[in-house]
Amino acid sequence: MTFIVSEERSVPAAGAEVVLSLHGVTKEYPTTPPVRALRGVDFAVARGELVGVVGPSGSGKSTLLHIMGTLDRPTTGDVTVAGYNIKDLSDKDLSALRSRHIGFVFQQFHLLSGYTALDNVADGLLYTGLNVTTRREMAHRALLRVGLGHRLDHVATKLSGGERQRVAVARALVGTPSIVLADEPTGNLDTKNSEAIVELIHQINDEGVTFVVITHNPEIAEAFPRTAGLRDGRIEYDTGERR
Amino acid sequence: MSRGNGLVPSKLHGTDVLRTASVGLHTRKLRAALSALGIVIGIAAMVGVLGLSESSKSDLLAQLDRLGTNLLTVQAGTGIGIGSGELPTEAAGMISRIGPVEQTSTISAVAANVYKSDYVPEGQTGGITVQAVDVNLLDTLAGSVADGKSLDEATATYPTAVLGSVAAERLGIRDVTGTQQIWLGDQWFTVIGVLDEFELNPDLDRAALVGMTTAEEFLDHEVVPSSILIRVDPAFVDEVTSVLAATASPQNPEEVQVARPSDALEAKEAADDAFTALFLGLGAVALLVGGVGIANVMVISVLERRSEIGLRRALGATKRHVAVQFLGEALLLSAVGGIGGVALGWAVTGVYANVRGWSTLIPPIAIAGGIAAALLIGAVAGLYPAIRAARLSPTEALRSA
Repeated sequence: MTFIVSEERSVPAAGAEVVLSLHGVTKEYPTTPPVRALRGVDFAVARGELVGVVGPSGSGKSTLLHIMGTLDRPTTGDVTVAGYNIKDLSDKDLSALRSRHIGFVFQQFHLLSGYTALDNVADGLLYTGLNVTTRREMAHRALLRVGLGHRLDHVATKLSGGERQRVAVARALVGTPSIVLADEPTGNLDTKNSEAIVELIHQINDEGVTFVVITHNPEIAEAFPRTAGLRDGRIEYDTGERR
Repeated sequence: MSRGNGLVPSKLHGTDVLRTASVGLHTRKLRAALSALGIVIGIAAMVGVLGLSESSKSDLLAQLDRLGTNLLTVQAGTGIGIGSGELPTEAAGMISRIGPVEQTSTISAVAANVYKSDYVPEGQTGGITVQAVDVNLLDTLAGSVADGKSLDEATATYPTAVLGSVAAERLGIRDVTGTQQIWLGDQWFTVIGVLDEFELNPDLDRAALVGMTTAEEFLDHEVVPSSILIRVDPAFVDEVTSVLAATASPQNPEEVQVARPSDALEAKEAADDAFTALFLGLGAVALLVGGVGIANVMVISVLERRSEIGLRRALGATKRHVAVQFLGEALLLSAVGGIGGVALGWAVTGVYANVRGWSTLIPPIAIAGGIAAALLIGAVAGLYPAIRAARLSPTEALRSA
């Protein structure tokens, strides 16, 4: 597996296993006039990294997240996730790739309202083919990891915003994915809960989970070991690992 | 199962299909119930109609079984060119000589009126006729006595009468306790019995029946048969029917009307069948409307749940998994509607049949067909929304959230 990454933005240290790489990625939406959301992005994430991608609205953050998460394909360029170049994969294969290798955390949490925290987290494994008992056992452990051991049987609507986002983080972690992509995970939370979620992300990254956090808030992004700035569809800067 | 590229395909277990299909029902219970209600009504209508039709048919069969289909009547035609209203005196004797004829009973219309008392004005006859009958009439017609007794060899020679059910009601006589008298042919007659309805010969319900001898001796009546009731061997009904007119009146067979009263009951049932078809049609329309309701709810549901669809795609659901989820939801809704409809249809049939004194019969085909029709409607209604949900791109679904 070889990666061609531009000199100054080449980030993973030599020898580190790359779990996500984008090379020359562009994304154009065929509207009139066409919108060029990404204009040649080179970006790579090594196993165990915690990267903040920061940019103002309209900078292409969401498009970047969707392409990193294989929810969308680039117009040109290569995307490789967990060793799979998505060019070679069918739509069905991409679903399989997501179910095994990518975890998502969304700004709006996206929990099923009538279901318990445990069931919501277990749904993170729904399409993996694991049986329900195993899924629930793993969900239980994931909820303990995010500090919600006492909320297992609470339905989603009865949880606070911060708790809901913790459930969503647990759902993203439960399948031990190669990478977790978080889209404005603190966007719907107050300051106190935001800090708690950022703290949780740090803590889980310390346990070895690879994270890419997309945010418009430079303060949050700067707090991560590595920050990349996105503007007008291009990576403007990339600090690399600051350790 | 591992593919060439080493990826383990996304997989959704059968029980999980059911679970995801029930998410919508679980989170929006009232809406689910209301949309299933359309199907409930449609299926209930169809099951009810088929059940009622079957129950009434079984009642008719029981009735025919009880009354027999081997009763034939021979009646003299009345009117210019079609007869004088009289059969030849020897007609009954000749008919009884046809091999398969088991029993004959003669009725002779008497030109007399009946009143409650001699004070009642002459014009107020109440539409009650007077008929002179053989004593075996009740036996031949499979009739029964409501109160008192029927005519026998003894009472058929005295001024006594037996009243048909309608005649008794019009004369204000419910039972024969004490001495009930009526003013018949300008003299007092004693009522010795009131009969139940004649299911095979309703004309006699509106008659006062007297014995042949009584008619001759007290009413100056010359006994000429106006109609003859015939019981034949059930195996030879058609054969006997074909020779009856000529046997009863060899000279003017065209003036004789031959009928099989049980045909009238069967014709009534055939008319009911036409109504059954009509109501089935109405049930089908209700079902169709129910299906449109489900399709409508599913389309709205897909629009509302775009973020859920996006989430599921992000969690690894394939397009097929999403389609199966929404199709499954439509099927689940219609199955609930179908089962509810069968139950309701059954209950309605049970109550109505009970009121009518029938036994409740639901044809198994109505149950199976009802649920199958509901599922078919659900599948058709759910197909388009399911395809729409599956075609939604994950990014679009997540963006609209």
